[in-house]
Amino acid sequence: MASKKFSRSDGRAFDQLRPMETRVGVIPRADGSALFRIGNTVAIAAVYGPRAFHPTFLRNPERGVLRCNYNMMAFSGSGERVRPGPSRRSREISLVTEKALNSVIDLSEFPNTVVDVFIELLQTDGGTRCAGITAASMALADAGFLMKEMVSAVSVGALEDNLVVDLTSEEDCELKAVDIPIAMTSRSKNITLLQLDGMISKDNFFAAVELAKKACSALHDVQAKALREKYPQGADENGK
Amino acid sequence: MANKSLDYITSLLQKGIRFDERSLEAYREPIVVERVISPRSSEGSARVKIAGTEVVAGVKLSVGEPYPDTPDEGSIVVNVELIPLASPEFETGPPDVAAVELSRVVDRAIRESGALDMKKLCVKSGEKIWMVFIDIYPLNDNGNLFDACALASIAALQDAKFPKYDAKTGIVDYSSSSNKGLPIVRLPISCTVLKVGQQYLVDPSFEEEQALDARLTIAVADGKICAMQKGGDGALTFEDIQKMVDIAFRSTELLRRKLE
Repeated sequence: MASKKFSRSDGRAFDQLRPMETRVGVIPRADGSALFRIGNTVAIAAVYGPRAFHPTFLRNPERGVLRCNYNMMAFSGSGERVRPGPSRRSREISLVTEKALNSVIDLSEFPNTVVDVFIELLQTDGGTRCAGITAASMALADAGFLMKEMVSAVSVGALEDNLVVDLTSEEDCELKAVDIPIAMTSRSKNITLLQLDGMISKDNFFAAVELAKKACSALHDVQAKALREKYPQGADENGK
Repeated sequence: MANKSLDYITSLLQKGIRFDERSLEAYREPIVVERVISPRSSEGSARVKIAGTEVVAGVKLSVGEPYPDTPDEGSIVVNVELIPLASPEFETGPPDVAAVELSRVVDRAIRESGALDMKKLCVKSGEKIWMVFIDIYPLNDNGNLFDACALASIAALQDAKFPKYDAKTGIVDYSSSSNKGLPIVRLPISCTVLKVGQQYLVDPSFEEEQALDARLTIAVADGKICAMQKGGDGALTFEDIQKMVDIAFRSTELLRRKLE
């Protein structure tokens, strides 16, 4: 299936993630926070709440509401400046991020409140929504929420017939890879984010999901390690 | 903040005592790190940490058209975003008046000091100029964002390198740097002095800012004042201002050393 000639411009193996760095508790004023770097993409997530939800008509009397906000800093893109403030793209990513995290977190103890997750991208080189979700999952755990499991995310791509994980911006935009961002839960391996841009065969698609599964396991190891460093005692109680 | 703790902090300050036991003119050691954002994203960048307060600034350079009244000068845009990631007090949505004030005070120090030689940012008079975008994001607000943002903006300008520009095609090649820095003439440094009761203090924590009667931000360049902004509801006497300016000059010397 994969041609032997193809190689990635940064020399990585097809199933190799870029170098990662994680830090938990980077925003002291937040209730929970985490930084996640993968290659040249850096995301910070901060959690605030549960806190009063306004406007009140959005409140849920049954449980707290998870609200995510994804944003690229103005200087974080390559080339022209990104205009500050929400865009159609960032609104959509915020929405799918919420959906990616909602199923693992139990907010039934906090009716009528909101839990805010703010995700900021400091610099970007592909895979920003996935980096944001990976950071957000750690930030929620850091805030001490009851979580069934963690969420890890990665974008898988197809460059012609070659399936690769963790696309760079060059691979995504210039080489026009099929881009498949996938988020997966750590234990049950449920998929909580799935998007796809580009033409891909059914076989390749399912092979890509398998590749994502492997990559997400590696990502989860990195997440768990960072959280255990901060919480050597209560790792299991915090749902990590 | 709970009223009781605010009352306590205020009553201490009126006696000249700070909650964290610093002296009134003691600046928390600022840490300035340049090039914290990958050059493939940002042409220049810096992070400033003042105790718990952390801000990151990035410079973006692009080629555009000059304003009609300054056909042979580049332009500067300064923007501070009070992102809700940085504090439970900040909210989503369009910039509130606090963010607008902060942006404009940082902008004024750079602009009014003539920090950049705007004529050297002209590519072709009346047609093409360099536009300098300075975007500043607090990451954690533990007070004194005015000084931290101002310092980060200057450090990021110092760090910035032009991308390659092809005058014939008009295309900016962001993937390769020219290694040429911005035409910096002088470095404005800002210090904000707070007045609480009859006491003056610098580098306030977040809690101390809630207790202020008045604040005065003073930007200093080449030994001169280049911009000022008074904030807070309280009035200042002439004597107050004299004392606050003296304090600011002393503090900006310390901050200036962090840039060299």
